[in-house]
Amino acid sequence: MRAAFAALASHWRAKPLQAAAVVVGLMLATALWSGIQALNGEARSSYAEAAAILDGDRLDRLEPIAEGRLTLEIYVALRRAGWAVSPVIEGRVTVGGRSARLIGVDPLTLPNGRLTGAFDGGPGIGAFSAPPWSMLAAPETIEDLGLRVGERASSDRGPLPETAVARALAPGVLVVDIGAAEALLGRTSLDALLIDPEAPRPDTGWAEVAGEALRLVEADDESDLERLTKSFHLNLTAFGVLSFCVGLFITHAAVGLAFEQRLGTLRTLRACGMSARSLTVVLLGELVLVALFAGALGLIAGYGIAAALLPDVAATLAGLYGAEVPGALTLRPEWWLAGLCMSLGGALVAAGHTLALAWGMPVLASARPEAWHGAQQRSLRLQAGFGFLALVLAGLAIVLGGGLTAGFVSMASLMIGATLLLPPVLAGALSAAQRVARGPVVEWVIADARQQISGLGLALMALLLALSTNIGVGTMVESFRATFTTWLDQRLFADVYVDPAPEQTARFRDWAEDRDDVAETLETVRTQAILGGVSVAVVGRPAGSSYRTEWPFLAAKDDAWDRIAAGEGAIVSEQLARRLGLALGDPLDLPAPEGAWTLETVAIYADYGNPKGEVGVDRERLTGRWPGTASDGFGLRLAPGASSDAVMRDVEAAFGAGPDALIDNAALKVFSHRVFERTFAVTAMLNVLTLAIAGAALFASLATLADRRLAQVAPLWAMGLTRRRLAVLDLAKTAALATLTAVLAIPLGLAVAWLLVAVVNVEAFGWRLPLHIFPGQWAALMALTLGVALLAGALPALRLARMAPARLVKIFAEER
Amino acid sequence: MRVLEINGVEKSFRTPQGPVPVLNGVSLSLERGQSLALMGESGSGKSTLLHIAAGLEPCDAGSVEVDGVAVTGAGDAARAAVRRDRIGIVFQQFTLVPSLNVGGNLALQARLAGRHDLDWTDALAKRLGLDDLRDRYPEQLSGGQQQRVAIGRALAARPAYVLADEPTGNLDQATGDAVIALAQELIAEAGCGFLVVTHSARLAQRLDRCLTLDAGRLA
Repeated sequence: MRAAFAALASHWRAKPLQAAAVVVGLMLATALWSGIQALNGEARSSYAEAAAILDGDRLDRLEPIAEGRLTLEIYVALRRAGWAVSPVIEGRVTVGGRSARLIGVDPLTLPNGRLTGAFDGGPGIGAFSAPPWSMLAAPETIEDLGLRVGERASSDRGPLPETAVARALAPGVLVVDIGAAEALLGRTSLDALLIDPEAPRPDTGWAEVAGEALRLVEADDESDLERLTKSFHLNLTAFGVLSFCVGLFITHAAVGLAFEQRLGTLRTLRACGMSARSLTVVLLGELVLVALFAGALGLIAGYGIAAALLPDVAATLAGLYGAEVPGALTLRPEWWLAGLCMSLGGALVAAGHTLALAWGMPVLASARPEAWHGAQQRSLRLQAGFGFLALVLAGLAIVLGGGLTAGFVSMASLMIGATLLLPPVLAGALSAAQRVARGPVVEWVIADARQQISGLGLALMALLLALSTNIGVGTMVESFRATFTTWLDQRLFADVYVDPAPEQTARFRDWAEDRDDVAETLETVRTQAILGGVSVAVVGRPAGSSYRTEWPFLAAKDDAWDRIAAGEGAIVSEQLARRLGLALGDPLDLPAPEGAWTLETVAIYADYGNPKGEVGVDRERLTGRWPGTASDGFGLRLAPGASSDAVMRDVEAAFGAGPDALIDNAALKVFSHRVFERTFAVTAMLNVLTLAIAGAALFASLATLADRRLAQVAPLWAMGLTRRRLAVLDLAKTAALATLTAVLAIPLGLAVAWLLVAVVNVEAFGWRLPLHIFPGQWAALMALTLGVALLAGALPALRLARMAPARLVKIFAEER
Repeated sequence: MRVLEINGVEKSFRTPQGPVPVLNGVSLSLERGQSLALMGESGSGKSTLLHIAAGLEPCDAGSVEVDGVAVTGAGDAARAAVRRDRIGIVFQQFTLVPSLNVGGNLALQARLAGRHDLDWTDALAKRLGLDDLRDRYPEQLSGGQQQRVAIGRALAARPAYVLADEPTGNLDQATGDAVIALAQELIAEAGCGFLVVTHSARLAQRLDRCLTLDAGRLA
């Protein structure tokens, strides 16, 4: 066994580039996959931490049907009736210029163990729940917000209780006693009552005690954050799978070539008395060693990738979903184990075919490589058949399926189908080119390119995957950018936005209306209502203002604003319209405190970045239905020639509004664009990484094929083509194949973009984008592809150009 | 007319153990229309001499002239041009271009040299029994058929001489005899020189002259 192992391993010493290709392929496959799993795992554990301690989604809970309806009296009445409920208040506070989620809880009535972990190493429950209270926060939250343990920090809502560390808390969350939260947030009503799942439920129903003020929201296995962020993590996972496949392509190509080159050795070993079983065991052992080594390298690289991407992923999750994920990576033992298993599994998949060949290899058959022409024809026909089937499946998934899963199944089938069809399509294109080609060299180059498809096919398929993903995701992102920019310009039509403290609202209103340099004061109010089982924002805007001319709609009735002003119409965000199946003219019942308010859907508008949806009505009508609804802020349109800087200075002087409460249009747009850019920074980086891996696949294939290519080029050299010319021709051929692949990637990429925009985005975010085409982006990608191909082909070409004639002569004669 | 003139050629190969001399002052010449067999034991240097005669490898000392053109000291491009325009090579392993069919392989060198004569190529294909096999690929041919394609390819450009390295080494005796007989006939018609490296005394007897290499020297 040892002798056999040594004989087989000697091949890798003689062909270090091939060995490197196997290791690099597996390493890359493991690296990106593991990196993404580390990111997903980190985010999910944050959600789980948040959910485990406080998230009501994991418990049955009672919620008010409208803001302010869940009073302390109802809570007390329910407790007296035997309901084991615990009150929760939630709001946001700004500390040191950064916003955090403040949760007020009653530790004594919280369902069993919900806050126990939070007190580990922190204050006792007594200090937490009695004035002057203490405030719990995770160490990273304390650091992010610039808090100091044992000190009272100030916030926009007033001084906070003394800060204490609670390691088990989710990042971005501040937990205080409900009494402290009431005082800080200025609230008299509660947000929810959590029902203890272990306590027996009394005979008296909650509705009998609370009347119609509450509704029961049943526990969900998934937390709100998990549900909202599912599509984001699914996207990341899809990238991971893609990279894993591309990495396996490299390994498969290298292992296949190594097998072919070691056929002679394998047959000799068999002839020397080694059984097929022993030989397969040796090959398997070799594979396991390589997989473990490459897997370990991949895990190290994966950690690096995850650490580099985590800040952007955290920003994306915070920007899109308000989910807080810590900026530091903690790697769990299961991550290491899973990474090594993936590497091992990947190696077995990539080398399975060759192992099966070794198992069934006849001892006496000649050690010649498989015949090219017949084998290629059969393989191309088979591939085309499977590719076509996959495309049919992609179509069926769209037509017959529904939901995010059907979207991803369709996209995966489309990409697999198109990838499988690539070699037959390339072969067909080259056949057509061969018919019109003139000149022996050009004809040979084309014929040779056709033959090379079997060797380079996998790398080109990887390139097609990477390029079409780039085009698809790039088109989606650029379409989003174009739409988002226009939308932002239309939506942010006021010059200055001010969010004064609640007690200053009335004074600010008067102050703004008295100023000559303020042409229009646009005040909005906001409340919450349950629609379709989800709490959505109901926003009141002045229907008689500039909103009439400036507010962008996706679809609207002609008299939309008149109907809104009359209290008969509502505008609905696209997400909500899709979720509730609302179209123009459909009725919408808003559960107002004094009874349902029936409105007609008069317009639908885009509202990117708000996954839960929103309803817009006239401000006066809203405050009439929801008395006491608080102001949501002001937009000031300035008179022509007025300076926003001057107005902001005056606001600051008169009301002391800080940076969060006072912002001008330009700064808001810059901020929004920054959030947008960070959101897609991860995608951009993954795009680049995938393309780099595809480039590596191309290089690995070309480098490993270089030896086999000598038999093709040597006769041409003997007939009078110089090595330099042959090298240039080889490079040109690689570039041409890559360019042809890039051309084919354009329609595939557009199909992917369409699926992302029309299916995946709609399912994941609830809105659909108009699809824009960006030929400039394709041209840039083409140039990049050409660069990658030339770079990948440069070393093998250089080696050919500088190859000693003796090496080429060896092709013709074995003896000297 | 002399198509190949080799004078005092020396060649050694570098090995980790030091240089190993292969050819020691070998001289020979070949006339147009003449055939010459070069024999010798394995390792005697006959294939190396053939490679030098073909401009595939440079020699360390001595001179080589092909059809009046000096190959010694010429650069890679010049030697390539000599090969393309003046020499036809037939190898033991046939070395056909696997991606081209029989027709493409037959015409390849003639087209590279810019001397593609369709009638002559057709005539060669017919004479070599390849007329019906033009659309087949090398892997679909027998050894004898492949060797006939290699001979046709070497002759299609009407070279000054044809070099053959063990042309029947991979063929059975009957097929080898038939292929060589046909090659001799066609080479004579084309008026080329014919230099054959072989182990086979039987083949050598059929040629005009026979030289034997022994330890890098002509015996």
